[in-house]
Amino acid sequence: MKNKAAVSNLVEEAQRKKTRNSWLLSAPALLVLAFAASGPLLIVLVYSFISSGEYGGVVWKFSTDAWFNVVFHRDIFDDKIALADAHIIILWRSIKLSFFTTATTLLIGFPTAYFIATRPRKTRNIWLFLITIPFWTNLLIRTFAILEVIRNEGLVNIGLQAFGIIDGPIQMLYTDFAIMVGMTYVYLPLMVLPLYASMERLDFNLVEAAYDLYASRRQVLRRVIIPLVKPGIIAGSILVFIPSLGAFVTPRVLGGGKKMMLGNLIELQFGAGRNWPLGAALSITLLVLVMIALLVYVRTTQRNSGSLQ
Amino acid sequence: MANKSEIVQEEFDKSAQPAICAERITKTFGAGKDKVVALDDVCVAIRKNEFFTLLGPSGCGKTTLLRLIAGFDHPTEGVIMLHGKDISQLPPYQRSINTVFQSYALFPHMTVAQNISFGLEMLGKPKGHVKETVSEMLALVKMEELRNRRTDQISGGQQQRVALARALAPKPQVLLLDEPLAALDYKLRKEMQIELKRLQHETGITFIFVTHDQEEALTMSDRLAVMDAGRILQIGTPRQIYNHPLERFVADFIGSTNFLSAQVLSNEGRRARLKLSSGKEVSVELPDGAAPKGSVTAVVRPEYSLLIADSEGEGHLQGVLENIVYFGTDTHYHIRLPDETMFVSRRQNQREDTEAFRVGQSVSIAFKPNSVQVLRD
Repeated sequence: MKNKAAVSNLVEEAQRKKTRNSWLLSAPALLVLAFAASGPLLIVLVYSFISSGEYGGVVWKFSTDAWFNVVFHRDIFDDKIALADAHIIILWRSIKLSFFTTATTLLIGFPTAYFIATRPRKTRNIWLFLITIPFWTNLLIRTFAILEVIRNEGLVNIGLQAFGIIDGPIQMLYTDFAIMVGMTYVYLPLMVLPLYASMERLDFNLVEAAYDLYASRRQVLRRVIIPLVKPGIIAGSILVFIPSLGAFVTPRVLGGGKKMMLGNLIELQFGAGRNWPLGAALSITLLVLVMIALLVYVRTTQRNSGSLQ
Repeated sequence: MANKSEIVQEEFDKSAQPAICAERITKTFGAGKDKVVALDDVCVAIRKNEFFTLLGPSGCGKTTLLRLIAGFDHPTEGVIMLHGKDISQLPPYQRSINTVFQSYALFPHMTVAQNISFGLEMLGKPKGHVKETVSEMLALVKMEELRNRRTDQISGGQQQRVALARALAPKPQVLLLDEPLAALDYKLRKEMQIELKRLQHETGITFIFVTHDQEEALTMSDRLAVMDAGRILQIGTPRQIYNHPLERFVADFIGSTNFLSAQVLSNEGRRARLKLSSGKEVSVELPDGAAPKGSVTAVVRPEYSLLIADSEGEGHLQGVLENIVYFGTDTHYHIRLPDETMFVSRRQNQREDTEAFRVGQSVSIAFKPNSVQVLRD
């Protein structure tokens, strides 16, 4: 009896030690998270509930004006209250463009990832390496490069005119389309990499088994490959959709300031708009939107994977 | 080469239209100096409702041949016929042939029943028929109770049964099995061997079975083909292959065998007289169309020889008994011949037996009548 108690004491102590060690090991990450993520976030949250200073900055006086202004617009002449349609248009554009960007990166990224995953093991890393090359150059420079390609006197328009396909240049720059092209280009690797990771794990015997059981190419894709690489599709979509929603450089350069997205609107409030609390409130709004999108994703995937059991 | 086409010719005569007929199949992978010849001018005809085995060591090309029949790869040269129709270039989904994979390749995102119904659904069979066939298949492999389990929640043996049911469900004309028993433990493997024979009998489907296990090949097959280095060396019933090996590789790969060098004294028709290294003469059977001269290799299975104690002059060979190994069912005697080669003789044990021989003793070896075979090499 005594022995047993001693042993259980020892076990308990070992467990306590293990717990303590794991806390110690994760301490640096926790500290970084606390100071670099939660701290600023808290400041943003606080700023959204105080008044704005006349020349930027904030005045330490509680106010819900910022939150009111996220949704409503008070006319400066007659104080009439209306929905802030400018904000809603920008929000809608952000969601729409992020959605289309996610869809295009998926459409382009899926075959790309499949191609890489089906190469011989030795050459796969070379292809992956090529995918990451754009990351070597500054985002701003890459975005200006796209601008060069699609502007009225750019490569595409000059090329199409030279071949006589079009008479005058097509206005692509400073449109939603331009923003989408830019974001698709910028975020494509974020789609390809997680897709590749799950396709690489895919047992290609299963694909052969499906062909063997009379499935056509389309059926193999729909019934076997897509269900099995779904985690990669979801991860890639999250990785593209979320930064797209808050994108700021690409819409600024390719949308020319006329076609704003949420990121630009927020930047405007902290800069020329001199309304920090509104910027803070918009940031929190964006954050909440992202979290809702994530929750929906998690819920649907859990339901799907649980349905088999 | 001439001999091989003879073998195939013989098959054609016996069965007017084989289930599978592979004619002069060559398959190479890669190009230039990386080029690998996986199959080299292979001919084989597999009869309807036959349990046919492709036997050979790993890398002999047996799986490649199976993949060509399934349609996962296409032959570099040659033609594959299914019931007389050229299927060489058809994709797998246009061939009435199903495969049981070595790794089973069950769909992990589907239940047992969904796995089995997959092929039927792809064929566009009506719902009622699919449901009925799935139940029938589950009963056939005795898996009714696990129909709604996920495939990673069942044991290896059960996965094996599901893989079988899935491949049998569309009622293919030919079923291919790629070393399906390799991952199972000994006892389960024995059970599944009997199970497979039963399934083949009940369904009447032509089975093509790939294995590197000679015992499995002998016990299960109606006929088997022994393969090595991308070629089929011999096709025949287990009995023919075991008792009448034509080539050294076949004799060596299947069972254990004693190789003896001998001189041909005379040959007439299908028999010849050989002079053994001991100076004794023996009458042997010759393989089809062989008319050997000079020195040849003859083979004797250990169990077709008798050991005689201290009897100089008697028997076919003399030697010194070097080792006695007791196996329970039988005893192996290792005898060193005067030319320093080893000869193994096997005797079936009886319960009352006491060991009649001792190590170091001089013994002579007698061959049972008609037990020596000359190889073709």
